[in-house]
Amino acid sequence: MSSIDKNARYRSSHEWVRKDGARIVAGISDHAQGALGDIVFVELPEVGKTLKQGEAFGVVESVKAASDVYMPMSGKVVAVNEALAGDPALVNKEPYAGGWFIAFEPTAPAEWEGLLTPEAYETEAGKE
Amino acid sequence: MNQTRLHAWHLAAGAKMATFAGFDMPISYPLGSVEEHLVTRRSVGLFDIDHMGQVEVTGPGADDFVSGLVSARVLDMKDGDARYSLLLNEEGTVIDDLFIYRIPGAWWIVVNASNKEEDLAWMAARARERKRDDVVIEDRSEETYMIAVQGPRAIELLDAASDSSISAYPRFSSGRARVLGAPCLVGRTGYTGEDGVELFFPAAEAERLWTGLLAEGGKRGIEAAAIGLAARDSLRFEAGMPLHGHELSQSISPLEAGFKWACDLEKEFVGKGAVEKLAAAGVSRKLVGLSVQGGVPREGFEVQDEAGRKVGAVVAGMFCPTAKLFAANAFVEPALAKSGTALKVVIRGKPAPAVVVKRPLYVPAYRR
Repeated sequence: MSSIDKNARYRSSHEWVRKDGARIVAGISDHAQGALGDIVFVELPEVGKTLKQGEAFGVVESVKAASDVYMPMSGKVVAVNEALAGDPALVNKEPYAGGWFIAFEPTAPAEWEGLLTPEAYETEAGKE
Repeated sequence: MNQTRLHAWHLAAGAKMATFAGFDMPISYPLGSVEEHLVTRRSVGLFDIDHMGQVEVTGPGADDFVSGLVSARVLDMKDGDARYSLLLNEEGTVIDDLFIYRIPGAWWIVVNASNKEEDLAWMAARARERKRDDVVIEDRSEETYMIAVQGPRAIELLDAASDSSISAYPRFSSGRARVLGAPCLVGRTGYTGEDGVELFFPAAEAERLWTGLLAEGGKRGIEAAAIGLAARDSLRFEAGMPLHGHELSQSISPLEAGFKWACDLEKEFVGKGAVEKLAAAGVSRKLVGLSVQGGVPREGFEVQDEAGRKVGAVVAGMFCPTAKLFAANAFVEPALAKSGTALKVVIRGKPAPAVVVKRPLYVPAYRR
């Protein structure tokens, strides 16, 4: 059974976002990392890049496949998790903590309300 | 879809399963394929490889027939010897790669699961064509189970679990022994780069031997884990071993892939003429290893020279857990095959820096 961060919101494409002051932090869910298996490479966007909700912002590569990761909300990237370059397995070990992907300033904060609650995401992920 | 007799065990262990060569096989266990790779390098990995095929060739004409069929020298093999060989077609490209065991009264040939039917048909056709009614070719895959036990402590584990001293077997030899009471053909062979064995035994013993060997490891303080096909692939890749369909295929010559050593040009065999012809003309591409930065170089990705000209393609590529590299095998023009040559691999549209590196990427302690 995969774990869930109760303070986060989710998208059905398995990204999570969490409020961190004025910023939003994003990553992929425990369910997603479990399904992907060992993660060996993460490609992240440049700081300063502005992306729309649903746009691919990075790539996560497991042993067997590469998958795009999508912006849960529109925003401007203000930080990326540099630690993933040296230790991409952090995404497997701590998907909601040390395995975060990016932080962004939301350009459409109202999008938050349209995201899946932890309960709704859990139900959706459980169907897979 | 086919299942091995350990299928239920794999599911109960929480394995991720996928189809490979018509079998529903474990790709990785909850341990994760990177850690599975590392366990095999530091201690012992157990591999369910029952999908592999076994072909037995017997009869008064078997020696002559096998020698003419396969690329490697085999007539000098004594009972107990084991040797790598290729099965070539008349064009001198590779139908399959084989492990051949000389056992008393027979040739025991291990073939790739995905090529088994074609190999058998090819062998039968060559026997018919040569009117070899003194040769019997039999598919032994159904009644034979095959598991591999690999890693620096594999022999210690086998010695503890068997009635004879497996450590006395030289590399590339085989013998009969009882392992946990089960009658086995034990080959000191493998596909990981590590020391270890491959066991052939009656299929009914599969679960008892598998769980018994894992338990024996636990009892003796020898770390041993079940290993899926993903780690099997990264282990063989790092050790420089080919996987048919990637580094070898029916559109690849052994000379291009660096397997001239597996072709005995002093004897006759199917495909020899084509190999000699290509050797005289020179190859137009060579297999190289590439260390790549900026992502995982995967099969089919384009290889470019520094000017951006296409010079080849990746046939296999992955993260190598022991070498700690993203690496690829690719066929490139011979002029670009030298170690240290700077190239690029196009990863998702972006040319990523790559450099030709010496293969294999990993050499185990016992061979250093």
